Amino acid sequence: MATIKKKIKKIKIDADKCNGCRGCEIICSSFHATPKYSEINPARSRVQVISHRLKNIWLPVFAGEYTPAECAGRDVYVIDGKEYDECGFCRAACPSRDMFKEPDSGLPLKCDMCEGEERPKCVEWCLNDVLTYEEREEEVEEGVEMEAVEAGVESLIDKYGFDKIADTVARMSKKTLNVNKANE
Amino acid sequence: MRYAETGYNLEIDLARGNIERVQTDPKLMELHLGGLGTSVKIHWDRVPPEVKPFDPENLLIFSSGLFNGTPAFSANRTVVTFVSPQTELLAYPMMGGFWSAELKYAGYDKVIFRNKSPEWVYIWINNDKVEIRDASHLKSKGALETQDLIREELNQPKAQVAAIGLAGENRCFTASIEQGRSSASRLGGGAVMGDKKIKAVAVRGTKGINLARGEEFMELMKGVTEYINFRNANPIPDVMTILSGIGSPQEMVHTDEKWHTENFMWGNARTRRRDFWSKENADNWARAQHTTIKRLISCMNCPQHCGALVSPGEGRYYMMKCFGKLTYCLAAYVDDLNFNFNILHRATEYGLDSFSTPQILAFAVELYEAGILTDKDFEGCPTDKEGRFFWLLDRVARREGIGDILADGVYAAARKIGNGAEAFDHNTIKKHEQLPLKLGTLDPLYFLMYSTNEKISITQIEGQWPQSAFPTREQREAFVKDWPQLPDEHFKQYLLDWEIKGDHAIPYYPTPQMCCEIVDWMEMLHNIDDAVCICAGMSSFCLKPPYHIHNYPKLISAATGMDLDEAGLKKIANRSRNLHRAFNNRKGMTRADEKPPEDHWKRRFPELEQELLNTYYRYKGWNQDAVPTRERLQELDLGYVADDLEKRGILKNGHN
Repeated sequence: MATIKKKIKKIKIDADKCNGCRGCEIICSSFHATPKYSEINPARSRVQVISHRLKNIWLPVFAGEYTPAECAGRDVYVIDGKEYDECGFCRAACPSRDMFKEPDSGLPLKCDMCEGEERPKCVEWCLNDVLTYEEREEEVEEGVEMEAVEAGVESLIDKYGFDKIADTVARMSKKTLNVNKANE
Repeated sequence: MRYAETGYNLEIDLARGNIERVQTDPKLMELHLGGLGTSVKIHWDRVPPEVKPFDPENLLIFSSGLFNGTPAFSANRTVVTFVSPQTELLAYPMMGGFWSAELKYAGYDKVIFRNKSPEWVYIWINNDKVEIRDASHLKSKGALETQDLIREELNQPKAQVAAIGLAGENRCFTASIEQGRSSASRLGGGAVMGDKKIKAVAVRGTKGINLARGEEFMELMKGVTEYINFRNANPIPDVMTILSGIGSPQEMVHTDEKWHTENFMWGNARTRRRDFWSKENADNWARAQHTTIKRLISCMNCPQHCGALVSPGEGRYYMMKCFGKLTYCLAAYVDDLNFNFNILHRATEYGLDSFSTPQILAFAVELYEAGILTDKDFEGCPTDKEGRFFWLLDRVARREGIGDILADGVYAAARKIGNGAEAFDHNTIKKHEQLPLKLGTLDPLYFLMYSTNEKISITQIEGQWPQSAFPTREQREAFVKDWPQLPDEHFKQYLLDWEIKGDHAIPYYPTPQMCCEIVDWMEMLHNIDDAVCICAGMSSFCLKPPYHIHNYPKLISAATGMDLDEAGLKKIANRSRNLHRAFNNRKGMTRADEKPPEDHWKRRFPELEQELLNTYYRYKGWNQDAVPTRERLQELDLGYVADDLEKRGILKNGHN
């Protein structure tokens, strides 16, 4: 298989600098609104600040890949005497928890590094340098990456089964066809 | 669709257990913006002057403002309004934190409580689901402890909780409402909450807030962001450290307390210790602060570090902010800052205001030393300074023994105790404890701010104008050179001509007319902040802040879709202030109440002081008894207020 150059985008998170303001959640959710900046809703943010204030825990976590099944077990980290949440560092939108899911539909959210922008918006918005952005190139074998829409459809298939989703899509496309015809 | 605001309030009748989601009139935003502005309007409409603080009809309103939950940096205030048990006037203590944004994400702008619950309850607001829940198991729990217990009980780690402690349950007049590192502290909101038997209000929301012209709003925010970065990198020279930056005073960051410890009075606003900040004390205080503070924290969407997570001892944590860091040390004459970190923890769990309370305790100690309070009143009290304060704090929060009298604040306690105790009440205005400051020559600006404002404490009136003149012409020129926040260029000349000594110094300069203009500007900005719920620390409370009268109208227009210019915004702020004033007039407040303590300044100028008040009232369009005239009220579309004041005989012939 051929190799291609791939841009690796990285956000470095210096959690010790986090003052817990949740500005990253605000800016992420408003940037991803349609139209852009028309609505703010941190519950739809692809970065969430996990906090346990009296335990001195403030931890920004970014939404990663959707997963249809939860892990066989759970993990709990204790660092510097502080016990973090179960699966606290995990980025997955997973059946075991509500994090990184659209509040209304339950569809998974995933950080896209604000594709098309110079830097992710959260990095720009955090004035305390908790988040820093880096890019590098790596040679990787060519493969097919799943797009956001595919990930969404896959989660629906996991939830309702392939047949039901296929039926629904077929029915909807027929409806749309009819509406378009009526409009002509 | 509604923009910036949600367009809904929650109305909760605690006696009947009735909860309603009520759509608000969009016109109210055009007339009063939101936050304090719209809350004052509700109190005016629904709370007649006969209503006493602990009557069921006294409304308790938790309000967000127009900018909470939007990307506007530092929009994190919650305004709590009620008739204060201490002053019997309309109080509006505010808290930062995360509560208001969460309320708006749940779909509401305000929560309005009326009547009293028969049993202890807490309120759980989760989007469209709102419940009044049993809180009997939370009774006598600490204000911070309660917040975590509720989050655990609901299994809602992201719920924001505002709670009272024992002091609120016992209706102490200085009881606060605590929320994370923030609190709505002054004038007894916690007491009114306790009177209604509300232990806490918890909220979690996962809905969106809309901006009318989001892209335009973000363009404007770019300018604000650049200015924040600029100001953080460029502290203002020639002023004390604490005033040089932005944010509420960075007490958690700075350890240099020379100014507070040597200029503020110790004890019951009694003694100035001009030589306190020795190298030894400075080192000890810095060490105590660095050991105790575990992390610097902020409120919702704010880049500053005004708060801290602190641990005064093994395994004990709480959060604090600002001047509370040293009020107990000062009041108790204790030189060790660790004492303050320790006692403040207990006071925070009790839910007691850290401005008023230490002064009340110091007042009791003075009365004891003067023989007015006796050994019988102090039975069981340790004799060391620290122990005595802890003991008194417990008595006040529990309303036990002498604490039951002290819990009503210095003014009321002095009159109850009598026997000469009244003379020790020397630091209250309108029955409320003020900052422990006693200065030399009357400052005309501060005289007006102290005397006249509805806030009844100086801390959220002052800010934009330097606290004193700069010594040299060069310093003054440098200061005015870059001052985009000024409402008008002519203010620059006032500052350039303002000197430390001579004809152009206090008390006669700035002149009464100039003082009115300056004070009016500062009040106006605070009023706007409190309507949009931007923290005064990033606006009206600091020198050269990121938000000001020139960018506010644009930001508000882009957020709400209203077409607002500077004149329009000024008019709204003016309307809000006059309505608030009229509410307090209706409660009986007059010119006679508008005076700082006798000993606030050593050198007083009675004639000038009267001239200052006369000029200010004229400037505001009020009569000489401090009541807005019909003419002024009508200009502000408040003709109905003039009608009411006339009907009650407060305004006669529209003017007098």
